[in-house]
Amino acid sequence: MRPFLNETGRIIAAFAFILVLFFAGCGNEKSEEIKGEENAILTDAPYVPPPITRDYPTKVIVNLEVKEVVSRLADGVTYNKWTFGGKVPGKFIRVREGDLVEFHLHNHPGSTMLHNIDLHAVTGPGGGAESSNTAPGHTSVFSFKVLNPGLYVYHCATPPVGLHIANGMYGLILVEPKEGLPRVDREYYVMQSEFYTQGNFGDPGLQMFDMQKAVDENPSYVVFNGEVGSLLGDRALKAGVGQTVRLFIGDGGPNLVSSFHLIGEIFDEVHMQGGSLVTQKNVGTTLIPAGGTSILQFKLEVPGTYTLVDHSYFRAQSKGCVGKLVVEGAENKTIYSGKQSDEIYLGSTEKEEGNIQQAAPGGNIPVGNEPVSGKQGGATPMDAKSLMATGQQVFAQNCVSCHQTNGQGIPNVFPPLAKSDFLMADKERSIRIAMHGLTGPVTVNGKTYNNTMPQLSLTDQQIAAVVSYIRNSFGNKGDMVSVEEVKRVRGK
Amino acid sequence: MKVIYVVFALLITASNVMTAKDNKDQFSHQKSSMVLVKGGRYIPFWKDDKSLVPVKVKPFYMDAFPVTNAEFLKFVKANPAWQRSKVKRIFAGSTYLRHWKDDLELGPGATPNSPVTNVSWFAAKAYAEWKGKRLPTVAEWEFVALPGAKSSLRDKMLNQKILEWYLTPKPQRAGTVGVGKPDRFGIYDMHGLVFEWVDDFNGIIAGGLGGDGNESGLFCGSGVVNSSDPANYAAFLRFAFRNGLKADYALYDLGFRCAKDAN
Repeated sequence: MRPFLNETGRIIAAFAFILVLFFAGCGNEKSEEIKGEENAILTDAPYVPPPITRDYPTKVIVNLEVKEVVSRLADGVTYNKWTFGGKVPGKFIRVREGDLVEFHLHNHPGSTMLHNIDLHAVTGPGGGAESSNTAPGHTSVFSFKVLNPGLYVYHCATPPVGLHIANGMYGLILVEPKEGLPRVDREYYVMQSEFYTQGNFGDPGLQMFDMQKAVDENPSYVVFNGEVGSLLGDRALKAGVGQTVRLFIGDGGPNLVSSFHLIGEIFDEVHMQGGSLVTQKNVGTTLIPAGGTSILQFKLEVPGTYTLVDHSYFRAQSKGCVGKLVVEGAENKTIYSGKQSDEIYLGSTEKEEGNIQQAAPGGNIPVGNEPVSGKQGGATPMDAKSLMATGQQVFAQNCVSCHQTNGQGIPNVFPPLAKSDFLMADKERSIRIAMHGLTGPVTVNGKTYNNTMPQLSLTDQQIAAVVSYIRNSFGNKGDMVSVEEVKRVRGK
Repeated sequence: MKVIYVVFALLITASNVMTAKDNKDQFSHQKSSMVLVKGGRYIPFWKDDKSLVPVKVKPFYMDAFPVTNAEFLKFVKANPAWQRSKVKRIFAGSTYLRHWKDDLELGPGATPNSPVTNVSWFAAKAYAEWKGKRLPTVAEWEFVALPGAKSSLRDKMLNQKILEWYLTPKPQRAGTVGVGKPDRFGIYDMHGLVFEWVDDFNGIIAGGLGGDGNESGLFCGSGVVNSSDPANYAAFLRFAFRNGLKADYALYDLGFRCAKDAN
């Protein structure tokens, strides 16, 4: 093989190459000197500060106020949350690798407690905690250089740490790599966490922390962004077909690991545990450690509603860990057809089928209701306004997943309650269904549905409220249902 | 209801109490009374060197009530150097007595019979010395404040109650002293109204008073290792609060009471 350069030429080339490297190295060093200063833009979930466009590090001043606030945990339920910035989760902080962060931690004068902050992005003892112990009505200042790019949890580390976290003291800090992150169309901030309340899920009023439940790791609530419904209805995340979305997601804990899943989508790229590498492509469910993070990226091809859940499913079903991503745009039937047909299927032996039918719910399972109805004897009758309010809550907790937010049902699967002739034709029948469930074919507004509604364990008062509510919502107009009517139906 | 407590308190005073300094009327007599605590063994809740051996608490007298705004007003009248406008900044931060109307007037923000708050450790110590007393130590304060060892169920309930108080938003104006029930020593309001200064409030940690005393294993989770009772969340909160204080701090939910040697 003929040499590309002669001996001398090669030596000169090598020397020149080394020189180039040397100067390039110097250049890099120089561009990584701290230049200027700026105030950090901080955002509340689900929003994220804009991407960093600087190609040099700067001094970033972060002002974060710790505040203890009583705020919504679910409909009719409040909790005294301890917050970084007034909400749970805390403000999202976005800086660049090499930045010098000057952190001002303010503890509101009305706080009960001493607080501090441990940012997992900090290199140094306690992650800042030891330098940021701050009494009510005081401000602590400390500085740190962010050496490692990645997405990190921050939290209060005042003992007992678990309690401060359980009360809501966590958030995320993103350290962008020098070269920045690839541009995407949408970025969102979601954080999962638990609340340990003395009441059960849905019990109304101001709820107090329950130490034993926390120790047993048995939360009453598992939520996204600090409350039930933070990503539902008008507050759902939004994106369009063809757009690429990046989720900065964290798990505040204090106890549970999240098996995070987005129903109907596949994560094209996962930065496992929020590190700087794409560690895996094409992931369905990804793990997020307590006190850890993940960066998830996916492109949306098909319009519709996608559901965020912790796939430890009873947390989604019964503890509030559900959110929605609504995607608008043109259908693409080649990727996803929608339902193409629905036909009768008899299975292999009709006899077995019959046995299964008999065991199905709707049968005789009255046990759970008895003591409750006894207690109701003394309850004062509710007026129409409180019937409607309670009914709405019962609906939101028990009915909405099948009959949908506006009672529209799901075509061919779950019948509508909205303007439903079946519902309005027979009040007693509606009470019976809310009491015992329903199995088998029904015709609603001219369409036949054949499915199973399980028996719900509702009290008589809850049944009166929810039937009153659905008979007077979604375009329906009817009279109210009293507890006495419900009792009469139960007696039959 | 209140009458019952006052009568009860007076019964206790009759058996346990030293003569109060100014007992012109029954109320002030009752409010300034001290209770004899016979002492005993106290297992430190937290220590950085793991020497969680019981310490002996010698007999001492403890104020039955936190020092009130009215009492502290007498102190600053007699000691002008401790009036709000005259105090040296190194002895009391800018929030010192900020809820008072003026140097010598309480005003609507400070009820006479509520615990005085927004006072620094230096000011609390000066008050105690003026009274011929001293601030209680951590060991003395905790010895009184921790539930007795007799019934674990009662302990659990008391700890839960204390914890709930810590987790409830505080009113900016503290309530009246002596309204609740006394504890087993006949002492009122150790929990439920305000936090209280103690003499060695951050003496348990390496830095000691005045230094950057927060460089401590109590924080960042490692505190769990060195605690005599990791399940006592209430005590953790209280120790953490104390440990973050500096002697010039004057906080809206921090007051004090005095103690005295028994012999």
